[in-house]
Amino acid sequence: MVAHLLGLKWQLLLNGFQRSPWQLVGMALGLLYALGVLVLLVGGLIALRWADAEIAHTVVVLGGAATVLGWAIIPLVASAADMTLDPARFTTFAIPPRQLLAGLALAGFIGIPGLATLIAALGSVGTWWRSVPAVTGALVGAVLGAFTCVVLSKVVTTATAGLASSRRFKDVSSIIVFIPLMLLGPIMVGVVDGVRSSADYLPVLARTVSWTPLGAAWSLGGDLEAGDFAAAGLKFLISAVTIAGLLLCWHLLLQRALVTPPYSGGSARKGGKLGLFGLLPATPSGAVAARALIYWMKDPRYAASLVIVPLFPVLFFFSGSQGGGYGLLMILGPLTAFMMAWSICADVSYDNTAFALHLAAGVRGVDDRLGRAMACLAISLPVVLVFTVGPLFVTGDWQWLPNLLGLSLGTLFTGLGLSSVISARYNIAVPLPGDSPFKKPPGNVAQTLAVQAVGMGVLALLLIPELALVAVQAFSGGPEAGWINLAVGPLLGVILFVVGVRLGGKWLDARGPEMFAQLSVNR
Amino acid sequence: MTEPRHEPTPMSAPPHLDAPPHALQPPQAAAPAAPSEGSVAGAPIAALSIRGLAKRFGEKIAVDGVSLEVPAGSFFGMVGPNGAGKTTTLSMATGLLRPDFGTALVHGVDVWARPLEAKKLMGVLPDGVRLFDRLTGEQLVTYSGLLRGMDRDVVGTRVSELLAALDLEADAGSLVVDYSAGMTKKIALASALIHAPRLLVLDEPFESVDPVSAANIRGILESYVASGGTVIVSSHVMDLVQRMCSHVAVVAGGRVLAAGSVDEVRNGSTLEERFVQLVGGGHRTEGLEWLRTF
Repeated sequence: MVAHLLGLKWQLLLNGFQRSPWQLVGMALGLLYALGVLVLLVGGLIALRWADAEIAHTVVVLGGAATVLGWAIIPLVASAADMTLDPARFTTFAIPPRQLLAGLALAGFIGIPGLATLIAALGSVGTWWRSVPAVTGALVGAVLGAFTCVVLSKVVTTATAGLASSRRFKDVSSIIVFIPLMLLGPIMVGVVDGVRSSADYLPVLARTVSWTPLGAAWSLGGDLEAGDFAAAGLKFLISAVTIAGLLLCWHLLLQRALVTPPYSGGSARKGGKLGLFGLLPATPSGAVAARALIYWMKDPRYAASLVIVPLFPVLFFFSGSQGGGYGLLMILGPLTAFMMAWSICADVSYDNTAFALHLAAGVRGVDDRLGRAMACLAISLPVVLVFTVGPLFVTGDWQWLPNLLGLSLGTLFTGLGLSSVISARYNIAVPLPGDSPFKKPPGNVAQTLAVQAVGMGVLALLLIPELALVAVQAFSGGPEAGWINLAVGPLLGVILFVVGVRLGGKWLDARGPEMFAQLSVNR
Repeated sequence: MTEPRHEPTPMSAPPHLDAPPHALQPPQAAAPAAPSEGSVAGAPIAALSIRGLAKRFGEKIAVDGVSLEVPAGSFFGMVGPNGAGKTTTLSMATGLLRPDFGTALVHGVDVWARPLEAKKLMGVLPDGVRLFDRLTGEQLVTYSGLLRGMDRDVVGTRVSELLAALDLEADAGSLVVDYSAGMTKKIALASALIHAPRLLVLDEPFESVDPVSAANIRGILESYVASGGTVIVSSHVMDLVQRMCSHVAVVAGGRVLAAGSVDEVRNGSTLEERFVQLVGGGHRTEGLEWLRTF
């Protein structure tokens, strides 16, 4: 039975590859990336072979403990738990629980995260390639540690299955997780600073952690190398008991989960609140704009891109405060304009097959385009203005204000026009409605990358006048070019916006059904 | 506008079927005979006229030349086994999927030549598509009305009446994503009804809808038909179609096997028996002996 489950998981993994060749290319790139990281990790661990035993012990224990924590936390916040072998799917097969547990636990290693963890853990055997007991200890520890990771993540995901299947939790957690990710740079700098100032403290921390379930397994190699057989024996016991306890917990949780599936439902709410539908003009384009604005707020896939926006100034300000000046802050406005305008490239793809409503209702392409663009504009225009003017309070380069405003507005309007054309014609691989914004999108990733690259090239071409005027001021130093840009940017931008909405509308009228057919492929 | 009965692609059954011929011919006889409110130069115009629609997906021919005349004022059922091409046919007839061959006319308006005009006449409930489910039920139906350029006040009164008629008042303010499958079906139906179309095309409208709501929906549809509207439903439930519909078409393998008024098609037996006979199922009753031995 265990072999059956392993075979099933392996087959599922292989079947994942049997899709379109382009998808395979995307997947191969991802694999290559993972492989690169893995090679670096294992290489580093092997290099530790020649480091001081104390340092090696500290690195392995703390790294291992962090990995265990990661396996517990990441599936929770990223909704990234691998549910291909969801135990709920085996309820009707009457598999003895013991065998089901063993099979599912081992199957956890088949898959990229599981394999990567196991290989990296085994890399620590290289670190302790110093004496026979150390190698034995490291090997046992690596297997125990990796097993702890997988079982712990199973316990956590099973325990929180009810929570995780509630839509509200999914929505919120998938957005919140963006924040630490975006601020990874500053956080890393802070951590590195902290580590530098408390370098003496780390070995102590490692020794303490090594007595906890998080680090016990990872400590075996180091303890045996140091000749501390008593400690190694105790820690082996700790990690074995940890795994046994986790398995027991998982067993109990599974038994409960299998007979009481999580309830996911909201309470009934009376109507009467039309929200934006009552405020915006009662025209087709007004309705599209209202709908799009509601989605910007309520759909985590849109909301995630809004959460990122205020983090940019923080990031730029931080990198400025680290030395190197605040020059980067100057491009904040144009960059934000580009990002926000560009985000509606995927608007129709985000709709997925819900786009059928527009198609069946016979919405004119122009109304569809205009509504979506106006919704994006309503949000992005104030943000772009603030982000263009705000940084000048920090840098004091007020002579750049007209030029930057011209560039920002030009970028915003031109970008919206171009996005309106692109999203009318090309389906972009995005996470499905209801999925986490983090989830790997189904569909043709390679085509998406190609469309995005070409689109950005076209945008750069369309923005040549504005960019040239910025360059003129940079070289001449005079403010005249700036004032010209303040007129040229918005004017040219609005013209291209109108052209883009018209052209996109025409394309959508002509090819709406084909677009819908493309959308129906990934649903 | 071509008169339906002169179409060069008359619907006929594959010759190998040993069914009584008169059961296979009815659409030509039925279409002109049915009461019809719209007409050009004295000739009745079908609410929906499908002519030689065909669609191929890669190697698979999903729809292989389907022609149907749906008389105005009829309650038309489309039945067929899984994968018969019902959804594909209806998608092509409603402007959601471009056909490889053939045309579809809604009250004489070509769906593919004048799509915006034709779509105004139709209310469509597609099967297996998502909804804008981050809107509340009330917002979704309102959106559907506003998209069609309707007046805000008219939309407002119709939305509350529709929600009341479909028992969705209590959940009108909840997000559609939190609705059950049956409620989702009902809210999609409300979105299709909001602009009072002359033709309703409903793909599997009763799927996962509870019996009480199904009876409600039936009542709504029947009074809609009684006041001159036309309804096309696709369904697996033969019993329901036999009781509810005035006309029926049996589709399998991308072709129409029989079409006409329900009584003509079932020809004395029940619709279900006739369906199985036409489609050629029911050969699996022997075998599986082990299932009786436990």
